[in-house]
Amino acid sequence: MLATLIIVFREVLEAGLIIGIVLAATEGVQHRGRWIAGGMAAGIAGAALLAAFAGALSNAFSGVGQELFNAAILIIAVLMLGLHITWMASHGRQIARDMKAIGRSVVEGERSLTAMTLVVAVAVLREGSEVVLFLFGIATSTHEGAGSMLLGGGLGVLAGCSVSWGLYRGLLALPMRHLFKVTNAMIALLAAGMAGQAAAILVSANLLPSLGDQLWDTSHILRDDSIVGRALHALIGYADRPSGIQVLAFLVTLATLIVLSRIIGQGSRVRQQGGPARHAH
Amino acid sequence: MADPVALGLTGHKFTPSAVTVAANQKFQIKITNHDDTPAEFESHDLKVEKIIVPGGTVIVSAGPLKPGTYQFFDDYHPDQAAGTVTAKE
Repeated sequence: MLATLIIVFREVLEAGLIIGIVLAATEGVQHRGRWIAGGMAAGIAGAALLAAFAGALSNAFSGVGQELFNAAILIIAVLMLGLHITWMASHGRQIARDMKAIGRSVVEGERSLTAMTLVVAVAVLREGSEVVLFLFGIATSTHEGAGSMLLGGGLGVLAGCSVSWGLYRGLLALPMRHLFKVTNAMIALLAAGMAGQAAAILVSANLLPSLGDQLWDTSHILRDDSIVGRALHALIGYADRPSGIQVLAFLVTLATLIVLSRIIGQGSRVRQQGGPARHAH
Repeated sequence: MADPVALGLTGHKFTPSAVTVAANQKFQIKITNHDDTPAEFESHDLKVEKIIVPGGTVIVSAGPLKPGTYQFFDDYHPDQAAGTVTAKE
């Protein structure tokens, strides 16, 4: 049971951390609970569907269907996280102000919510399909003790969810004026890490050159298959032996997001200062 | 590239569980899952991760590797199904 719990927990952990950040980043946005729950439900449904068609997907595109699919959904998540960051760059200050002035759930933000819902769905889909396949394997096997292993799986999911909730509550403990700065930084790192992962997957499918097979080796300090390594892998794309293109994809994504949010942030500040004057004419 | 190294999974055991490849060049491993449960061929050392459905066969690409021994396992049965790739010059 414990072995099953750990296997499932490791898979759920990654999605759990992402959802924790998304929850904190959308704090105060109206109806976000419904959206995010919807994203999770869609992710679980998609995971079951994906698990059912795992064989077909595996054989698709000359045998690199799994890799292409995983890379594609990671890239979608990167784009959606990017949308959220640019949206927050122009609206974040106002949301924080509104939340202080009028309290919670009065702010609009459905555009960003759609993007974040997709991120949640993708995160659940990606890790969920592995959990579904694993639990399905246990459920259909005739070995004794399938019940206790399924119980372990259930506890693993619960443990993953509690990490998600813990991260969310922990972030909320930050002062409101810092909250979105912190979540934006975390989302930028998350997106950069995902871009790096997508690049690494495409290298393993022989679809991208590695540009250096191993830029460094920190596996003797922190292996990326340890629990801490996995958490850092999910949060900031930590890899103990990254390829050149993985690091390049990380840096390019991070730099793009920082530059974009600077430009948009300045633009919105100018508009806010210039707005009333123009209005008076 | 040389022909893929062939591995089978039967009763949650890799056969063979130890293979040798040429160092410093890319190679492929072809894994067939003969069990009636899904498996996930995974190796942090080789940076691969791929699901194999019951009765399915997948091919993964890895390397070039420096001479040495690298671990792989079935992520769904890590205690039972594990093996090594040794890269030799």
